Amino acid sequence: MTVHAPITPAAGCSEPVVQRQRGQHAVFCGLTGIIWMHRKIQDAFFLVVGSRTCAHLIQSAAGVMIFAEPRFATAIIEERDLAGIADAHEELDRVVDQLLSRRPDIKLLFLVGSCPSEVIKLDLGRAAQRLDKRFNPGCRVLSYSGSGIETTFTQGEDAALAAMVPGLPASGTSDASLLIVGALADVVEDQFRRLFGEMGIRNVAFFPPRHSTDMPSIGPGTLMLLAQPFLAETARLLETRGAVRLAAPFPLGVEGTTGWLAAAAAAFGVQRGTFDAVTSGPRERAGKALARYEPELGGKSVFFFPDSQLEAPLARFLAREVGMRIVEVGMPYLHRQHLAPDMALLPPGTLITEGADVDLQMDRCRAARPDLVVCGLGLANPLEAEGLNTKWSIELVFTPIQGYEQAGDLAELFARPFNRKARLKVGARPSRTAFTRSEAESCN
Amino acid sequence: MQLTVWTYEGPPHVGAIRIATAMKDVHYVLHAPQGDTYADLLFTMIERRDKRTPVTYTTFQARDLGGDTADIFQRACLDAHERFKPAAILVGASCTAELLQDNPAGLAAALNLPVPVIPLELPSYQKKENWGASETFYRLTRALLADRAQGFVRAERAAGKRPSCNLLGPTALGFRHRDDITEISRLLARLGVDVNVVAPFDASVADIARIPDADFNICLYPEIADVTVRWLERAFRQPTIRTVPIGVGATTDFIHEVVKVAELDPAVAETVIGSRLPWYSRSVDSTYLTGKRVFIFGDATHVIAAARIATEEMGFTVVGVGTYTREFAREVRALAETLGVEALISDDYLEVEARISELQPELVLGTQMERHIAKRLRVACAVISAPVHVQDFPARYSPQMGFEGANVIFDSWIHPLMMGLEEHLIGMFRGDFEFSDNATPSHLGSGHGSHTAARTVAEPMAAEIPARPAAAAASPGAMPPPTTGTSIIWATDAELELKKIPFFVRGKARRNTERFAILQGVDLITVDTLYDAKAHFGR
Repeated sequence: MTVHAPITPAAGCSEPVVQRQRGQHAVFCGLTGIIWMHRKIQDAFFLVVGSRTCAHLIQSAAGVMIFAEPRFATAIIEERDLAGIADAHEELDRVVDQLLSRRPDIKLLFLVGSCPSEVIKLDLGRAAQRLDKRFNPGCRVLSYSGSGIETTFTQGEDAALAAMVPGLPASGTSDASLLIVGALADVVEDQFRRLFGEMGIRNVAFFPPRHSTDMPSIGPGTLMLLAQPFLAETARLLETRGAVRLAAPFPLGVEGTTGWLAAAAAAFGVQRGTFDAVTSGPRERAGKALARYEPELGGKSVFFFPDSQLEAPLARFLAREVGMRIVEVGMPYLHRQHLAPDMALLPPGTLITEGADVDLQMDRCRAARPDLVVCGLGLANPLEAEGLNTKWSIELVFTPIQGYEQAGDLAELFARPFNRKARLKVGARPSRTAFTRSEAESCN
Repeated sequence: MQLTVWTYEGPPHVGAIRIATAMKDVHYVLHAPQGDTYADLLFTMIERRDKRTPVTYTTFQARDLGGDTADIFQRACLDAHERFKPAAILVGASCTAELLQDNPAGLAAALNLPVPVIPLELPSYQKKENWGASETFYRLTRALLADRAQGFVRAERAAGKRPSCNLLGPTALGFRHRDDITEISRLLARLGVDVNVVAPFDASVADIARIPDADFNICLYPEIADVTVRWLERAFRQPTIRTVPIGVGATTDFIHEVVKVAELDPAVAETVIGSRLPWYSRSVDSTYLTGKRVFIFGDATHVIAAARIATEEMGFTVVGVGTYTREFAREVRALAETLGVEALISDDYLEVEARISELQPELVLGTQMERHIAKRLRVACAVISAPVHVQDFPARYSPQMGFEGANVIFDSWIHPLMMGLEEHLIGMFRGDFEFSDNATPSHLGSGHGSHTAARTVAEPMAAEIPARPAAAAASPGAMPPPTTGTSIIWATDAELELKKIPFFVRGKARRNTERFAILQGVDLITVDTLYDAKAHFGR
């Protein structure tokens, strides 16, 4: 018994148009993923081996000072470390000693490579092996690269998860189990677990786990469902361990969530009636929540600057569930296989730009004057000052947006700039005094 | 390698970006990987700037490393010049590109661009943000004024012409620089002094070229402008006013210095002096401020100014000072000596946290980092210095400098403190359930620093502090030694009595009592020991 995918992908002429660009990027590097990963795995610590820039980046990208002890830090490479590599390894051992004696609660330590550590070819894999021998059991030590010369923004999560895959326990059985791959908010995980449970899929694990001691086991019976669209390497490594990837749209919006759940339901032989019974309530609720935003968003145009890889599924959601018009979907890179179900649902001829030249993209954006621009923090205020509405893309990564119960919240994030603009009766343009000297104040 | 949780300063190229962003027509071509573009959001988000930062990042990738990253850099220079048409271009490398040794200076020079191209050598693995800003401002000024410096002869100021000066040092992302410039310009105007150029804030390349036209320079922010004004003194015989006008006393000194250097009628000084701070501080309402124990940390300029205000203008007792600005460590050490405390010269946030935890001040004057620490330790805090936060760019006019700055400082330092009567009431009615340990004190706002959280944080930190030598502990005014390593036991009734002391002085009472017990050779602390210690140390 199979479940029909609720939407049949249209064929042929509906293919999105993909253009590739090279030039100046304005995207974070993979280190940024530490901001959510260090909260997701509660006994893990991320030690970046990098420069002062790396430390400053994570601190600044977090946007605020975090009022709790962070489970990340930077081992800042100094002039004397550059003199010889052997010395750098001893230094790293000393820093890790210092760190673990300060934080004995840490059970999993990631050594995170950066641009400088990659360029000087500091072998963190070897360092992790050496340190793992010393501290395991007690604390496992792994390594990955979050460097901006190899990874962009959300690829940091991919690299961190991929680093954990070889150490996942092998399942002794070929019984079917479901593995959800990609960090989700705890509340979203709980909702999905409930829905799967009601469908009768009880053997469900989430990766990454909330605690490093709860690593899921992998085997030939493992069926995996990607919860995030940026996990190319993790998925590849899980496949080499025998896991089978279930193709599905990503669980954004009603349609995406239904398609995503249906892929699991089909693989686990869930009856159509059961699937409908379990999902119809939440679907209806989500539909109601979305209906509120359709009048505000319907017919409005949206332009995506590249950021998180979520752009394609988000564009699909905005086009099909709230009726927005897609001008351009900028993406850092395009993983055609993982995104195929979402791409197939994009309106015919949707323009996707892979990679970017930020200046050229700014030109296109200004020319198109979309109703809404989804972009990074460096561009948002400048575009607002030009009279464009913006939505910070980073908020879409840091907010629970997946699943039925969050579909309305997701639409609200896009509606909020319009809502705000409608409320404000002051200053369509920023006063020059916002960041420069006030003429009034200069007067005596 | 240095283990770093939070950093006070970014890398030196961020300092260079602060100069470029402050100016109107300078563009910075930075050889850097894509991650370094995060620096843009410092300006667009924290400072709410409405334009993109004038920086082109080459954003080379791993696949480019085997090929020609130098070519990428040159193309970025040409594109930036073509697109943004700057009046001058800064070129340099961030930490990663520095390792590639592509030589941005030579590559840019080879392009023969029709505008000045100023190469920056900012060693990322040695130096930090403020140094980078200072070096950039110096290199830029020097490059743009090199021709004028040749055989420069300073003409006498024409009779009847108003004296003029330059305000040097304010940058983008500076702590209240925007309003300080306004306040000091206004003060100078009332004295009869014209401001020739403000730089780098809102300055153009043409403005920089006019710097030598002024009679003297005012070094508002030594961290940024000190190197530049030293060169201007030599190259253009321009004297420098070095008193930083933060606080009533320092502003008054500044005015007298301006009067002298500008050869003004000394009587004019009296016509501009005035702030509400002196009377507010002398009014009896402020009695409760007397001897409040404060810890001061930040950049050297703001720390030195804050120490003077704290002691001379607020009547506080400074129990510790420190700075992350190693370039001005000597000045802060000298200050500490006059205050009879030990200077903490460190950019290690954990070390600063340990010191605050050890000193148990009643008020912390620090940066956003110390605000973070103070919240966790449940100590009041006011922010006096960069690194900045979006809150440090208030909508209202809020200078630190000049007499209005002194008013602003008075308000912002006392607001986090409990007012006199509130403090008395808590002292009298300790049993009130809303004064209990678990009620969040009103001045710390809601939702932060519950008692349990504060203790669990404070304890491990205290445990890391090495025992201080006995000599230091015995000297008057020195802090009590930490509780670690002692075998003193608190009797149950003494422990209960201690709990009746308001939470914001309880840590101090505990430490003083334990220190007293050590001095007296007492192993068991009783209620009597507690009150004996109180009598011994006084408030």
